[in-house]
Amino acid sequence: MSPTQVALDRVTRVPGVRGALVVSASDGLVVAEQLMDGVDGQAAAALTGSLVGRLGRTAESAGLRPPAFVHLRGEAGSVLAAPGPDDLVLVAVVGPDANLGLARLEMIEAAGRLA
Amino acid sequence: MTDDIRALTTRLADEPGSLAFLELAEALRRRGQLEAAHKVARGGLARYPGLADAHDLMARVLSDQGDLAGAFDAWASALQLDPMRVSALKGIGFLYFRAGESAAALDHLQRALDVDPDDVSIRQAIGRIAADSIAPSEPARMDAALPEAASPPPAVSPPPVMSSRPAATGPFAGVEGGETGLLLVDANGLRLGGELAATDGAEAGDRVAAQLAGVSREAARATRLLGLGSWHAIAVECPDGHLVLAQSTADTVLLASRDPSVPMGRVGLLAERAARAARTWLETQA
Repeated sequence: MSPTQVALDRVTRVPGVRGALVVSASDGLVVAEQLMDGVDGQAAAALTGSLVGRLGRTAESAGLRPPAFVHLRGEAGSVLAAPGPDDLVLVAVVGPDANLGLARLEMIEAAGRLA
Repeated sequence: MTDDIRALTTRLADEPGSLAFLELAEALRRRGQLEAAHKVARGGLARYPGLADAHDLMARVLSDQGDLAGAFDAWASALQLDPMRVSALKGIGFLYFRAGESAAALDHLQRALDVDPDDVSIRQAIGRIAADSIAPSEPARMDAALPEAASPPPAVSPPPVMSSRPAATGPFAGVEGGETGLLLVDANGLRLGGELAATDGAEAGDRVAAQLAGVSREAARATRLLGLGSWHAIAVECPDGHLVLAQSTADTVLLASRDPSVPMGRVGLLAERAARAARTWLETQA
């Protein structure tokens, strides 16, 4: 199993995670995905890639190092993103009852192993 | 050792991955065995870092131990996981009250009351604090508003996180810690108020504001297309800083920035308070 698949497996095992994908941040394309029905992978990739890029530039403007984790909270769930090496971003779409603490830990760990 | 504690200890030993630690630590806390309660709560929290109940439990234990700053952090973490958690809102309200921050105490208690309008103790505490603010000669008592069964901590000094700083002016007047690290930005990336210093001390507000042009629209589009409703906040965790974005109005976004020693949950609470203050300020500017 590739490191990418291992990462997706780890994240999607967390309770409340509806799906996970690996995105190329610069062009917003899906590299790999494991999504439940109803989750639009292309939209998640494009929008999250763009948002993470913008937040990275925001952090840089504030003199900060690049983000290790981003949490976009909506009223019915969240989008989580953990940038990894080689311009890749591990993204998860989670429901409102998801174990966010566990998802965060798994994603940061898994994103570091993407290649 | 009472029968219930013995039974819970046995259950936890048999099933270390169970949630029995919640009941066991609470039972120990109620008996005043705070060291043992802390140990059990810490073990449970390590196993379930995403469980709001575990943070809430730890906050009660720390509060009983007199570690008010630790209790604040733990309740803030509980709120990050469960923003409607009444016990954490009451706990933080109590800590603000102890620190002499009546406005912040009332703010949290009001939020708790919004969630649970039937909780008489919250209503009573709000009334007492409000009355005390008008006639401050006699300290208000609000023990009844504490999270269930929590006793007032013996320490009287406020948690260090709530130390007094010069009052902020502009959009963030009255917001604790609002004199720096908060920015209010319009949809075009222009700074409406606040200041932000980069890690080297240089003013970075305008540069950061420019990067945030249209971020609210982008976040709204992302959550809408993914079926997550409207967006509430964005937390950005950097190795050397924590940022939280919140929507102040439909056309403005609020950025709160703190160093990484401040837990993200607390930065989120600051952002919420600042966004509310900015909304009020914007109404007066219209």
